[in-house]
Amino acid sequence: MTTLAPPGQARAGLGFTLEGLSLGYGGRAVVREIDLHVVPGEVLVVVGASGSGKSTLLRALAGLLRPDGGSVHADGAEIAGPSAERAMIFQDDGLLPWRTVRRNIELPLRIRKVGRRERAAAARAWIERVGLAGNEDRLPRELSGGMRQRVQLARALVAAPRAVLMDEPFGALDAQTRAQMQRVLLDVLRDTRATVVFVTHDVDEALLLADRVAVLGGQGLRALLDVRDPGDRAGRDVPHLGGHDIDDRAGLRERILKEL
Amino acid sequence: MTARWAIRIASILVAAGLWQVLTATDAVLWLRFDRLPTLDEIAAEAVRRLATPLYALDLAQSLIRILTGFGLATVAGIAAGIALGRSARTRDVLLPLLEALRPIPAIALVPVAILLFPTDEQGIVFITFVAAFFPITVSTRHAVRALPTLWEEAVKTLGGRRGHVLRHVVLPGILPGVFGGLSVGMGVSWICVISAEMISGEFGVGYRTWQSYTLVDYPAVIVGMLTIGLLGWLTSAAVELAGRRVTRWLPRAERRTA
Repeated sequence: MTTLAPPGQARAGLGFTLEGLSLGYGGRAVVREIDLHVVPGEVLVVVGASGSGKSTLLRALAGLLRPDGGSVHADGAEIAGPSAERAMIFQDDGLLPWRTVRRNIELPLRIRKVGRRERAAAARAWIERVGLAGNEDRLPRELSGGMRQRVQLARALVAAPRAVLMDEPFGALDAQTRAQMQRVLLDVLRDTRATVVFVTHDVDEALLLADRVAVLGGQGLRALLDVRDPGDRAGRDVPHLGGHDIDDRAGLRERILKEL
Repeated sequence: MTARWAIRIASILVAAGLWQVLTATDAVLWLRFDRLPTLDEIAAEAVRRLATPLYALDLAQSLIRILTGFGLATVAGIAAGIALGRSARTRDVLLPLLEALRPIPAIALVPVAILLFPTDEQGIVFITFVAAFFPITVSTRHAVRALPTLWEEAVKTLGGRRGHVLRHVVLPGILPGVFGGLSVGMGVSWICVISAEMISGEFGVGYRTWQSYTLVDYPAVIVGMLTIGLLGWLTSAAVELAGRRVTRWLPRAERRTA
């Protein structure tokens, strides 16, 4: 019944269908009438200026925000609340500060009543995977911003969710740490078939990570652009891009900036 | 560090010395020190008292009363605080009642306690309970409301339900705030247990102190007072220590004020 995810083992990603979706807070509309299909297993990056509703959209996918109108379905079932299938990674401070690195990462397994030994093994593998070996017993306050996001990444993925929702996870990091974290993420995503919805305001980050980019603005969806074939996750690594790809990227970049 | 300790010890010695001078010379400076016992009389009385089984009995009796009342108040106060902080329905039902009762000093409940409970013992514990219950409830409720929603959302998106949120977010997250209430609660508990013992009771440090006064045994009164002070200090230190242990995760600056 419980599914553990030793790194390398994957479950099919979740598909989302948004139909005429309107979202807001206390009657104030943030986005209106959005139609969007998120393909199982793809990495969809949502870009937009601040206030364009990117995070709001993500909260609806997580089940943390009820639609004001329209509907969101995950694999055909209407989203009624948060679920372990849809893990969320927050920009900052999503970790429980009284739990050590190891115990934060074990939390989703603990919630699923996974046995102590299995929990420890899975956590150890993920700590290794995100490069935190040796920091197992440290508290979040003793970690740098980048390390905290590594913990969040491991915690989100340890229970093998079918979708990972990331809300500007690297937004608060310095440029160098951010580049490092993007590499960690790409590395981790290579082995999972989970659907990823990633919110950012950084166009370069979007192009680096995305299979498709959705541009939000003016309370709606401005554009939806294909960046690369979702089957080609291994190719998502900057140094291996050929000259042709770089031309494409420049073109895409300009289009996104124009839509913004 | 040693210099600071020297100052701390000197401060106590000076106060004790002043007491000795004023009482030994039977000073009457509007305040009348002539009727108060000198340090050596107090020390002799303390030595005599400490050797009696009655002293241990009084001590145990007061401690049992305070730990029972305070323990019950901790459980009930935290439960009520969480319910009030998280449920609007509970607020509607309980808050008017609690706010109406809160301004009544617990010690004013002595007549009701005597009428209500079959034994004095239960009445004293009840008063101690009421005294600690309010500060613990209020601080818990505030701590619950001050909890960032982010942690709760994080646990929910990891598959956590209400019980998980309560256990993994609310309970650990409110501890720094709750311990503030526990410290205050412990203080008022002592005030109330001693006062209640002085009014009704057959044993206990408060009862013994008041009895000594009526028997004109003033050195024993002072020994009783010092005993109360020492017990209060020890129990507060225990609460403080426990608080520091369970809130080690707080950033340093916040930890000091918690």
